[in-house]
Formats: sequence, C-alpha cells, structure tokens
Amino acid sequence: MKIMVAVKQVVALDEDFEFRADGRDVDPDFFIRDLNEWDDFSLEEAVKIKEAAANGATAATAPSAAAPAAEVVAVSIGPEEADDVLRKALAKGADRAVRVWDEAIEGSDPIAIARILAAVAKRESPDLLFAGVQSSDQSFASTGIATAAFLDWPHAAVVAKLDYAPGTARAVLRRELEGGLLHEVDIQCPAVLTIQLGINTPRYASLRSIKQAAAKPIELLSPADLGLTSSDLGEAGSASRVRRMSVPDKGRAQLIEGDVAAQADQLAALIREFKGESV
Amino acid sequence: MSGVLIIAEHRRGELRPQTFELITAAQGLKVAAGGPDPGGVAVAVIGKTPDTLAPALSVAGVDEILTVTVDTAEFDPETYEAVVGALIEARAPAVVLIPHSVDSFGYAAALAAKAGVGFATDVFDARYVDGSLVATRGGYGQKVNVEVDFPGRATVLLALRANSFKAADAPATPPVTAIAAPPITSRSAGREFIELPAGDDVDMTGAEFILTIGRGIGEEANVAQFSELADALGATLGCSRPVADAGWLPKSRQVGQSGKTASACKLYIAMGVSGAIQHLAGMKHVNTIVAVNSDANASIFGVAKYGVVGDIFEVAEELRKRF
Repeated sequence: MKIMVAVKQVVALDEDFEFRADGRDVDPDFFIRDLNEWDDFSLEEAVKIKEAAANGATAATAPSAAAPAAEVVAVSIGPEEADDVLRKALAKGADRAVRVWDEAIEGSDPIAIARILAAVAKRESPDLLFAGVQSSDQSFASTGIATAAFLDWPHAAVVAKLDYAPGTARAVLRRELEGGLLHEVDIQCPAVLTIQLGINTPRYASLRSIKQAAAKPIELLSPADLGLTSSDLGEAGSASRVRRMSVPDKGRAQLIEGDVAAQADQLAALIREFKGESV
Repeated sequence: MSGVLIIAEHRRGELRPQTFELITAAQGLKVAAGGPDPGGVAVAVIGKTPDTLAPALSVAGVDEILTVTVDTAEFDPETYEAVVGALIEARAPAVVLIPHSVDSFGYAAALAAKAGVGFATDVFDARYVDGSLVATRGGYGQKVNVEVDFPGRATVLLALRANSFKAADAPATPPVTAIAAPPITSRSAGREFIELPAGDDVDMTGAEFILTIGRGIGEEANVAQFSELADALGATLGCSRPVADAGWLPKSRQVGQSGKTASACKLYIAMGVSGAIQHLAGMKHVNTIVAVNSDANASIFGVAKYGVVGDIFEVAEELRKRF
C-alpha cells in the first residue's frame, strides 16, 4: 500500500517587498518559504493510515521481512530550496521524498504542475494521492484535482474526514461544504483527494526524527526522466499566464493611533456608541 | 467562439446565491469592448430535475436557460466534468463562469486539464483589455493582485470569488432548452448530507456584536481572557478556523465560509485574525469592523473600518479595565 503526498513550498512576503523588474512577480529576495499549511494535514493523514496499516498487519500476521506494508512518498515540484519541505515531510513520517525540477518548470500554473505530479504518480502507482485543498500563497485550489484528470482517476475535493482501509478498492469520505455542512461520498481507489485543514492534528517532528531526515536521500527527477517535454511545462504547458502583479488598494481601515491606553479609550468609545444606538 | 456559459450551482433543491453573481459578471464581459459579442449569456443547470430550478434562474441578463438531466440530484465531479465538457464542445463559448466554491474545487481543474481551456480560479475581476480577456486574482496570501491572461485559448473557464459581483435579481422570461447529457461514468457517489453537530447553542448568525479571536491568541490557555472580555463587553465570542480546528472553541463559533456567517452583526471586533479569504466571506459585509492585529499588513485591515496595530493581549487587558 502506498500513498503519494504532494507537498508545496509556499511563499509568504516580507513586510516591505518589491516587485521584480518585469513586474510579473515579487523579487525572490522578499520570499519567506515554508511548507504549505494544508500539506501538513494531508501528510499527517497519510502517515496515520500507514501507521494503522502497520499495526493491523502486526496484529494479524507475523511481520514480513519484505517491503514495508505501507509507504508514504512525499513529492514536491520546486527548486533546491524545496528540499526543506521534503525534509520536514520525512521528519514527520514520510518514507521517501522525490523532488522534480528544471528551469523549464518556472512559470508553471497549477495545470502544468499537475501534469508533472501525474507523471510522478504513474511511476509510483500509489493507492491514493493526497494534495492540500489549496496553497496558502496562490490559492488556486486546482493542482490536486487537475492531477486526477491527467491520471484519469476519481477525485474528491475538500476532504474533512476519511475512512480508508489499506488495500481496499473504495474509500468513504466527507467533503466539507459551505456553512458547516458535510457531504458523504463513496469513491473508487486509486483516487486523488484534496485534504482540508482540521481533518487531523498534525504532529510535531521530534529532534531525533529531524536528524534522521537530514540524512535521508531525496530523489531528484527531471521532466525528461518523466517523459515530459518543454511544451508540457512552464508557460507553454499552462492554462494561464501572469501579466502583471500589483499592490491592492490598502482598504479603508482608519488606524486608531496612540499608546495602548489611548487606543483602548477609543475602542471603548466605539463600543459604547454602538450599544447606545442599538438599545 | 462567442457568448458566456454559466454553470448554475445548486444543493438540496436550491440554487446557490453565487449563481446570480455570475449572471451580473457575464453582463460586463458581454458588453465589454472586444468582448464576446453578439453571443448571449446561457445558464446551464445540471441535475435530476433541472426544470424545477429554471423559474428561479429566469432573471434579466440570462438569454437562455439550458437544462441537462442526469441521474444524480446533487453535485458529482465526474458528472459535471462530462456535462460541462460536452457543453463547451457543442456551444464553443468564449467564457465559462462558475463559482469559486467547494463544488467547483471538485471538478473545475480536472475539466480545464481535460478540455485544454484557459483557466483561473478565485477571480474577482474579469475584463477585456485590447481584445484579450484579463482576469484578476489574489496572490501571496492576498498581499498582491495578480493579472493573468490566456494566450491562444479560444475558451476560458473562470471560477469567480463570492461577493465580487452584485447578484442579478430582476425577473425576466428567457427560453428554456433541454440538452441531452453525454454518456457519464462516475466512480464516486454522494451518499448523504450531514449537518455539523452544534457544539454549543450559540447563535453566531443572529448576534449583533461579535468579538472574534484568531490564530494570534497563540494557545488555548489564552482563550479565557477573551471569553471573559466578550462577556464584559456584552459581545458574542467567535473565532476563525485555526481556533476551532485546534478544538479551543466549538465549531459552532467559527465565522467564515465553512462556518457561520455573521448575518445580523453590526459591530465585529477581530483580534489576532489575519483575514484569510475564507474568514472574510463570513464577515466582510458587517458595517463596522474593528481589527486588532500586530501585523500592520494583515489582510483584515483591508476590510476593517477601524484598525489597531498592536499586541492583542495588551489591548484586551486595557479594554477590559473600561467595562
């Protein structure tokens, strides 16, 4: 049994960021990189299933000397810096890590990234493929589900609960809809599921596992290794192209200035005014 | 390639409100210079008894309603992919509009990948610039606006952010055309809807004064300070997603897309809430929003009327002294 987990190194921006000279992206000097929050949950979900499978196997039969009963493979598409999120994944329980990169991937939208992930999945043949519902930086909510299309696999998005017994042909899940409603769905495996925040409580990696992860290899693949050509990648392989980035209007918040006592005075006045009007 | 195709969203026999926002957005694209003209605006509704939804869809701005009868009453991703894919092929629209919603998360990207159309999600503005469609969305956690275009794509699929366009509501009588569904093989099946258990009996939807806490409170032990403050102020205590996910407050107090909408709220104080799009969906309509956050760049200041850049614990403590 194998679960492939797509992980992304997302970018937050430094306070006083500047745009690149061509205006089509932010200058990378102002990037603060981290593991996408959603991916922390999908990784945990995969590791939980693996651990349950391992416990079940031990209870039912004598442990086999062959390959582990269950395996979690973390896959990231990104430059060398993305090794950080793969190391994090390894420290949190992934068994293997794969990174795909080539400069031709630069400028890829979620459709092009999905094409690469699908090529990795064809090589790995997992029973399930997890991705986060969305990334915290570009928030397309598209990569996982587009990957399913390239694999022609069933798929479900915004999964907030999952029942899956390793090796079985179907899974039962709950999609988290708007307004506190859930939708229970029965799905054929292998499938692609996009995992929602709150489905579990992601673990912290122990110091020991962080040290062990640092020593583990990260398999590096190129698009060519996966049978992809330049027309599959970057802007050529994408369904959209960035023209320009700009700073949005800052909105209309009127700042309450002064020291904290003065600020509290004004807040209290606002609250009293509201209560006076609404009585 | 001409015209705009809208895919209606419905659940449990009712149209979702975002459908009507798409109709308004379509008018802008239809009349825009260089836009798809003279093509009209068609709204497709896919379901077991789509005709029952046609009357509600009969609003000004809709030139034609298309009903597609399928076996499944509720949303199913592979059913929608097959039907919308076939509609795109048959009608060759210049633009397809869908809501950016949990249902569309489930099929839009797969459809775009299979159909080879231009594609962008979470779009809050779309217009023609020099004859080319340009869509605007947020990037880097809404810190920047990103304009994208779709070179060489005859059809573009856009998922539009909720509350970015006014809902169309003037009555009209567009013709209704039944369209045969293509062959559909779905490998997933919806079973039932489940309402989240209430958790506690708080009424976030009816509350007029809400004090909401977010990730900025740091740890569970700090909830008490704000709970006590809310009581003293006479406010209902709410929270953003991370606080509910951590189990520090019941899910019934979560304001946002997947939680409650602060429908009756007039004064909303957000403390330590960054202002993710999903949270804003539940509260940005409130008339008086006050944001307290240590990060001067937090998105919440973009929707707030008043802002305090500072330490939420100090502000809370000082405020408590005044009530």
